[in-house]
Amino acid sequence: MLNITLEKRPSDSKLMSYLSPIFAVILTLISGGLLFTALGQDPFHALYTFFISPLTDIYGWTELGVKVAPLTLCAIGLMLCFKARVWNIGAEGQFILGGLGGGYIALELMDAEGFWVLPLVLFFGALSGLLWGALTALLKTRFGANEILTTIMLNYIALNWLLYGVHGPLKDPDGFNFPESALFSDFATLPVLSDDYRLNISIFFALFAVAVIWALMSKTLLGFQISVLGEDKAAARFAGFKEERLIWFVLLACGALAGLAGVSEVTGSIGQLNPYISPGYGYAAIIVVFLGRMHPIGIVFASMLLALTYMGGEMAQMDLALPKSLTGLFQGMLLFYLLACDLLISYRIVRKPTARSTGSSSNSAQA
Amino acid sequence: MNQIELNNITKRYPGCVANQSVDLKVAVGEIHALLGENGAGKSTLMKIIYGVVKPDEGAMRWQGQTVSVKGPAHARDLGIGMVFQHFSLFETLTVAENIALSLPKAESASMDLLKQRIIDVSEHYGMKLDPNRYVHTLSIGEQQRVEIVRCLLQDVKLLILDEPTSVLTPQEVETLFKTLHLLSDEGCSILFISHKLDEVRALCDHATILKSGQVSGHCVPSETTTEELARLMVGDDTPLTEDYKKAEGDEAFLSIVDLSHQSDDPFACTLKNVSFEVKAGEILGIAGVAGNGQEELLNLISGEDTSAKETVFFAKKAVGNLTPEKRRILGLGFVPEERLGRGAVPDMSLQDNGLLTGYQGELTKNGIINTGKVKAFAQNILERFNVKAAGIHAQAKSLSGGNLQKYIIGREILQDPKLLVCSHPTWGVDIGAAILIRHELIKLRDEGCAVLVVSEDIDELYSISDRICAICDGELSPVAPTHDVSINQLGMWMAGDFHALNNENEGAVK
Repeated sequence: MLNITLEKRPSDSKLMSYLSPIFAVILTLISGGLLFTALGQDPFHALYTFFISPLTDIYGWTELGVKVAPLTLCAIGLMLCFKARVWNIGAEGQFILGGLGGGYIALELMDAEGFWVLPLVLFFGALSGLLWGALTALLKTRFGANEILTTIMLNYIALNWLLYGVHGPLKDPDGFNFPESALFSDFATLPVLSDDYRLNISIFFALFAVAVIWALMSKTLLGFQISVLGEDKAAARFAGFKEERLIWFVLLACGALAGLAGVSEVTGSIGQLNPYISPGYGYAAIIVVFLGRMHPIGIVFASMLLALTYMGGEMAQMDLALPKSLTGLFQGMLLFYLLACDLLISYRIVRKPTARSTGSSSNSAQA
Repeated sequence: MNQIELNNITKRYPGCVANQSVDLKVAVGEIHALLGENGAGKSTLMKIIYGVVKPDEGAMRWQGQTVSVKGPAHARDLGIGMVFQHFSLFETLTVAENIALSLPKAESASMDLLKQRIIDVSEHYGMKLDPNRYVHTLSIGEQQRVEIVRCLLQDVKLLILDEPTSVLTPQEVETLFKTLHLLSDEGCSILFISHKLDEVRALCDHATILKSGQVSGHCVPSETTTEELARLMVGDDTPLTEDYKKAEGDEAFLSIVDLSHQSDDPFACTLKNVSFEVKAGEILGIAGVAGNGQEELLNLISGEDTSAKETVFFAKKAVGNLTPEKRRILGLGFVPEERLGRGAVPDMSLQDNGLLTGYQGELTKNGIINTGKVKAFAQNILERFNVKAAGIHAQAKSLSGGNLQKYIIGREILQDPKLLVCSHPTWGVDIGAAILIRHELIKLRDEGCAVLVVSEDIDELYSISDRICAICDGELSPVAPTHDVSINQLGMWMAGDFHALNNENEGAVK
C-alpha cells in the first residue's frame, strides 16, 4: 500500500515556482475541455476556437496587443503593491478614474489644437488614477483601514462616477441620448502604429513601465525596501525603512500606472467615454501578477494569456454561440489552479512505502 | 520499569541522517538529560517521541508496550508532555485559549474553571501567569511558562523540556528544579535537554549524549566533570575554555539619561528613570528576566521606538528622537532577540539579508544597489565568521539558529559599529557557535567598541561583561564592575531588590 503525503520542502523550490503556472494552464485547458464536452461541443475544436483561432492572423496579434497594454500597465503597478504586501484590489477603480479624468480634459480641450493636448490628457489621466490611489494610502496610513476593503469600495465609487459622467454632464449633446461622451478630437487620440489596425502606442507605455519597474525592483534600494517590507515588517522597521512612505509610494505608483492604462484606453481604442471602458482589466491584472510570478517578464507573458481569454470569449460567442462569460470562467479557473499548484512550491508530494521494520508494524496493522 | 525505551531509532532526512541507531531508556521518575550540540539530532529524537516525526527504523516502548505514536494528540493521551524550544503558541489568542486548544474538549468546556486551574497550577509551581493576557504581549520567558503549565495541566508521565532554563533567573531555575524534583518524586519521568552542563550535573540522574545523530556516551552527570561532558558533545577539536580579561573602558559612548517611557501597549513594561552609560572599550551586561523592560529599552536604543531627544546620547549627541537609520549612521549596530522575522528576513537570501542593515555604506550609491559589493559583503561574513550555509543564495530560514546568529552578528560587526547592542546573543545557540560569538564580542570590545549585552544567561554575562547590572519591572539596578557583584546579589537585583547590600565577599566570578 502506498501512502501519499505532503512534506514540507527544506527550502522553497525555484523550479516549481516556474512550473506552477504551466501546470495551472494545462489543468485549465483540461477542465475547459471537459466543460466544452459537457456543453455538447467537440472539446478540441472548442479549445482551438478559444485559444488558437484568435491568433491565426496579424490582426489577431495586434488585437492581443490592444488588450495586453492596459493589462500590463495595471499588473506592473499591482506588482509593486503586492511586493510590499499591500493588497491593492483597486486597479479597476484607478483605471476607470484615469479614463474619466483624462477623458474629461480631452472633452474640455475639444477645440484645442496642438501636440501638447495629448500629453496633457495623458498626464491628467495618470494624475486622476494617482489621486484615487492616494485615497487608499491616506485611509491606510492615517486610520489603519484595510486596503482590500477600501479599494474594493472605491472601485464601485469610481464606476458610479463614470456612470454619472456619461449619463450626465459629459454626455454627448448630439448623441441621441446614449450614455456616451462625444468622440475625442484627433489631437487627444493616441496615434496607431499602422492605419490598418487598432494597436496604438500605449503598448510602448506598457513596455517602458515594465522596464522601469524591473530596474526599480532589482537594482535600487527603494525596490529592496519594498520587498523587505512585504516579506517581513519587523525586519523593515529594524533596518530603519519607513513603512508609511513605502506604502504611499506603491499605492501612488500603481494608481498612476492604472490611471495611465485607463486614459490610454479611452484615448486609444475606444476614443470616447462610455459605461464600458473597462472589461475588468483591473481585476484580471491581479491574476496576471500572480500568474507572472510577480516578475516583470512573467507579467508580460501572463498579460498575453489573459488578453487571449478576452479574445477567446468573443470568438466562442461568435463561432460556437457560447456566452462571453466564458472569459471570466477561464480566468477564474486559471487563478484557482495556480493557487493550488503553488502549494507545491513549499511542499512536495512523497510516496512512503509502508515501513517494514519492527517499529511501525503495529502501526500498519492498525492503519 | 522503564517509562520509555527507544531501540535502534534511525531517521533520515534528504541529505542527512538525523538519528542513527539511537537507544534511549528513561526509568519511571528519572530525570534524564539529553545532551548534544545543535544539529546533533536531539530535536528529531524528541519529535519522534512526541509523534511529530515518524522514525524510518526502530521501535519505541512505552511503559513496556510497543507503541507507534500517531501524533502529538496521541502522545498527550499516553501522558507525554513537551515544551518545545520554539514555542507553539497562537499569538493572537490568550493564555487560557492557547491552553484550551491542547486539552480534551471536556476539560476546556468551562473557561472559568480552566482559568482558575491555570492560576492554581502556575502559582503552585511559582510561574505566575495571567490567563487573560494575549500571547503576543508576553515575553519569551513568559511564553515558556505557558508551555510548561500547559503540560502540567495534563496528567504527564513523561515531560520533555527543550532548553527550559535559558530564560529564567538563577532563583527561578532553582524553583523549576524543585518543581521537576517534585514531579519526579510523583513518578513522572523527565527528559531534560540543555546546553548548560552545570545544570545537567545538578539536576539529572543520568545523561545520554548525542553527537552527529549517534549516541556518543552515557554517564551519571553528578559523577562526571563539566569538561568531560562537553568533550563528549563537541568532540576533541573544539577549544572549550573561555577566560576573558576584564577591561576598564574609555569615555562613554552610549548614555541613557533619566529615561522614562510608557508604551501604547497596555501589557508592555513601563521604563522608570533609567540612567546608565556604556563606555567605548567595555562590555556592559544587563541581566533580568524576560518581560521586565528589556525589549522596551532596546527598542528605544535602536530607534524602533523613540523618546524625548535628551534621553539617549551617542557620544554626547542627543539621538532620542532619531530613526534607526540615522542612529546607524552614527555608529549603532544592533543584534535583536528575534533572529528570523526581525534580525533577518526568513525567505530572503543571505545576500539580501546582508543588505538589510548594510545598505548605508558602500553597498549602495544614490539609491542604486552595487550587487557585486553586496555579494562580496555576504561572502565575507560567511568566511570570516565561519557560517555554515549552502552559500550566499541560501534563504535565511534554511540556516540553523547558531549559524544565522553568527551571520547576523557578523553583518553588524563588519560595519565597524561604535556601539553594538546584542539581545540574547547566544540564546539557543550550540556551544561552538556561542564560543565564537563571545570571542568576537570580546575582540570588538578590545578594538574600542562600546558593547551592550542584554541576556538571561547569567554565566555568559559573568564571563564577558566588564560591568553588570540588572533590570526589573522597568527599573535599572546600580551598575557595578562584574568582579564586585556576587551571583546572589545579582539575583536580588533581578528580583527588584536594588538596595541589597553586597555583604558576601566571596568571589562572584565562577
